[in-house]
Amino acid sequence: MVNREASFPTPQASMGLADAPAADHLGQRSERARRFEKTLYRIGNWVRSPRPYLMVLGFALFLGFWYLSVEVWKLPRFSQMPGPTTVIREWLSPDPTYGLSAYSPEYYEHIWVSLRRVSVAFILATFTGVPLGLYLGWSQLFKEYVFPVFELLRPIPPLAWVPLAIIMFQGSETPIIFLTFLASFYATTLNTMLGVESIDVSFVRAAYCLGAKRRQVFWHVVVPGAMPFIFTGLQISVGVAWFSLVAAEMVSGQYGLGYLINTSYTMVQYPTMVIGMITLGVVGYVTSAGVRILGNYLMQWRARELAMGGDR
Amino acid sequence: MSTLPETRQAPMMPGEPALRRSGSRKGEIHIRNVVKIYGSEESGVRAVDDCSLDVPAGEITVVVGPSGCGKTTLLNAIAGFHSITSGTIDLDGEPLCGPGRLKADPGPDRIVVFQNGALFPWKTIIENVAFGPIVQGRLSRKQGYEKARAMLAEAGLRNLEDSYPGEISSGMRRRVEIVRALMNEPKILLLDEPYRALDSLTKSVMHEALLETFDRNQVTIFFITHDLEEAIFLGHRVAIMTTRPCRPKKILTVDIPHPRDYSVLTAKRFREYLDETIAAVHEEALKAFAAGERER
Repeated sequence: MVNREASFPTPQASMGLADAPAADHLGQRSERARRFEKTLYRIGNWVRSPRPYLMVLGFALFLGFWYLSVEVWKLPRFSQMPGPTTVIREWLSPDPTYGLSAYSPEYYEHIWVSLRRVSVAFILATFTGVPLGLYLGWSQLFKEYVFPVFELLRPIPPLAWVPLAIIMFQGSETPIIFLTFLASFYATTLNTMLGVESIDVSFVRAAYCLGAKRRQVFWHVVVPGAMPFIFTGLQISVGVAWFSLVAAEMVSGQYGLGYLINTSYTMVQYPTMVIGMITLGVVGYVTSAGVRILGNYLMQWRARELAMGGDR
Repeated sequence: MSTLPETRQAPMMPGEPALRRSGSRKGEIHIRNVVKIYGSEESGVRAVDDCSLDVPAGEITVVVGPSGCGKTTLLNAIAGFHSITSGTIDLDGEPLCGPGRLKADPGPDRIVVFQNGALFPWKTIIENVAFGPIVQGRLSRKQGYEKARAMLAEAGLRNLEDSYPGEISSGMRRRVEIVRALMNEPKILLLDEPYRALDSLTKSVMHEALLETFDRNQVTIFFITHDLEEAIFLGHRVAIMTTRPCRPKKILTVDIPHPRDYSVLTAKRFREYLDETIAAVHEEALKAFAAGERER
């Protein structure tokens, strides 16, 4: 949890947000001002801490190593690899040597297509995996039936599904989404199930003591109790979705970052290939950060608890 | 009753302020010949054997015994979390467990306060406290919150409503949990070493708060602990249990009138009760140690 302070709302700020409708106009404005001040303060702290500079240093070391080994020392293993200056020049060129840069609409088409596929697969995996995982953790009987099959299918890598996916589904879009979905689905389901199993039995017993019915225990205890694990699962799920998406796009499809990387390779457009890889890294990071921010927003209780030092 | 090995000859209703006993207090529990065996009848572990104990209404009954002696098994049976192997448990004359039905359903008439606390961390304090009446459908959300607010204020726990349990101290959490239980007007509170994890200073604050709550609500309390001072300070009656299998070894009536405060701790009578308890418990603790009972 490196960016704890950065992404967690403070108790005061979010409490104020909750009863904002009741507050008068002046109250709302001062609340907003307070939030703004808090944000400024946090940014100020961040800038004063060594963390941003260490981050920059890390990137500098990485780029420096790349630059030196490719463009200065010309190490044998790196002879075919484009150096960072080549890649950046190509990327920022309005008239790229290999026909693709930040100025070409095609580049954004690739990003958009991949992003759409990942989103569809991720949403499908979430809407099937979370309920399945909840039920697997909740009902021992259901788990006895389903879990062994699940565990047998899980180790089969998405790449091994490629032929079957192509036979089963029409066109090129559906097989790719199916393959992307698979890996996400396993991660989400498994983590959700573990989340339910991680819930302290005292919470369930307390709910029954207080007169809750089985159904109410499910909604008031099991679902929120599993939430931290669910969101861990979703973050893993986004990661593996990109992973298997690229594998699938390399096999079939006309667009997408995986396709871009693969065709650049076959057409010996190595700088374009590296542009595709770096873009994947950035887009993947952004989506996974998005999931984390959503999780923090939905689990204020956990965010506040961790902000207090995670006493539980 | 003849099976109870009482050394201190005290009548069932000892010399106490008479007004306490006059009302129609609820929450009397009779435990009769309860046996609990984990595993098979022949080779299983006998956690509780032929245990009979009375928990009088409107009193604090404290159960002490070595770790792992089976006290919690008894509490779990009353609460309805576990079945018993044989015997009967009655609440106000109604059987909870008995022949034909060896497991009670947990319900809001017997509420447990857990060792490590069980406030839902994902609900705010007010949501936690109002949870019982709302899920039971007895109160609307609005009424529930109103009552919760009033009860928290009465217990001196104002301004916590919108915090999450993770944001308040562990002592506060225990007190909120008791308020959450009292919201349901339970017949009996079952406290399972609720203050075990607290430091001794916080503990003493908790004891006074609990006694204060008791004096205000006159709810029957069944309290499990292995802290002897705590037992005598809080209890009208202290049941000292034998090590596994668990049954009362000695039942002590603590003849110190309520309301009590911390000056009691230095009273000569208190020390005498303590010595008596230590003698009885120490013997059992040695037995438990020799048997190599595992700490829970």
